[in-house]
Amino acid sequence: MTVALAELARLVAVTESELEAWVAEGWVRPVRSGDAWEFGEIDVARARLIHEVRVDFEVGSEAVPLVLSLVDQLHAARRDVRALIEALAREPADVRERILAKACS
Amino acid sequence: MRDLYEVLGVKRDASAEAIKRAYRKLAKELHPDLNPGKAGLEARFKEVTAAYGILSDADKRARYDRGEIDATGAETAERRFYRTYAGGEAGRKYQEAGAPFDDLGDVFADLFGGAGSGRRGGLRMRGGDVSYDLSVGLREAALGAKRRVTMPDGRTLDVAIPAGIDDGQTLRLAGQGRPGLGGGEPGDALVRVSVTPDPVFRRDGDNLRVTVRVTLPEAVQGARVAVPTIEGSVTLTVPKGSNTGTVLRLKGKGVKDRRTGTRGDQFVVLQVVLPEQPDAELAAFVERWGRDHPYTVKRTETQR
Repeated sequence: MTVALAELARLVAVTESELEAWVAEGWVRPVRSGDAWEFGEIDVARARLIHEVRVDFEVGSEAVPLVLSLVDQLHAARRDVRALIEALAREPADVRERILAKACS
Repeated sequence: MRDLYEVLGVKRDASAEAIKRAYRKLAKELHPDLNPGKAGLEARFKEVTAAYGILSDADKRARYDRGEIDATGAETAERRFYRTYAGGEAGRKYQEAGAPFDDLGDVFADLFGGAGSGRRGGLRMRGGDVSYDLSVGLREAALGAKRRVTMPDGRTLDVAIPAGIDDGQTLRLAGQGRPGLGGGEPGDALVRVSVTPDPVFRRDGDNLRVTVRVTLPEAVQGARVAVPTIEGSVTLTVPKGSNTGTVLRLKGKGVKDRRTGTRGDQFVVLQVVLPEQPDAELAAFVERWGRDHPYTVKRTETQR
């Protein structure tokens, strides 16, 4: 399910022009369909996060990209680690034990 | 459910004082006990009281403004935090490929490219698939179209929508997904197409339905009328003695079947419309005609 700019502005409680600035900065990346932007669920959640980082945590505009970048890197890292753990879990028990023994030594 | 501010007749940025004034004014007007003879007041009064109950409480009002509670004060759908999505497939659009481990590439190469596996050049992985939603109109879906979409990563992509695509079908654009790792193939872009309804045409599989209005003389005497099709207007012969509900078929004017390549038909449902202004001459004629030619009709249609 996607929402349009006006609906996102209402959900997040920020102005449309502010959201447009966020899109221009690449903080939020909707899919453009024809003349309109379509924001997915992840974009809505991300816009809320940005709003709270700015308002509740009083993070200035210059520092927002830094915060977002760190958050995204953390999630990417978590994903990669999860992928490795899952790959490891599919290995036979003796392989797993050998790798774990070395990793923990 | 109505907007609470609308219920009280105040602007969204109204002060607490203005909200109180508006409520008291309405409460006086609407109180059922003060207006025992007026119908419908009770529901309206309850609505106004409930709206004031939320908007007069600064905390509840803020939560309503943020969409956390609805107009009845009930919690709206549970908030989904960014992390719900960021760790999943959707999160990739905000994360650069392998970014946190780019500098660890050598370690991965040693780990997976060394003795035993027989592979060289490090970790080789196919890129992930990415999904997008795209909405097209019924006519675009029926005739096929090209749409330029901007992906989350800024690339533009021309998506060819094949004629006859159905609502909910997914197009796979090979190699347009995430780049692969270590020389691996890129993933695919999966474009889920939703077809928006059309104000004129209704689709039923490969067939289209259109309602066309005709005048009384056109229906009785027959006529040639212009009828819209998805490719433009065509002339249709309305046979003499047509009726409301008469269905005419335009062969091959429907939607192309994606497998067989043949096109469906367009069905035209006629609707006879009397003149907007009641016409005295027509009324007099019908009265006279009705006396001489009585006929009966089945009052109800058996539902199919």
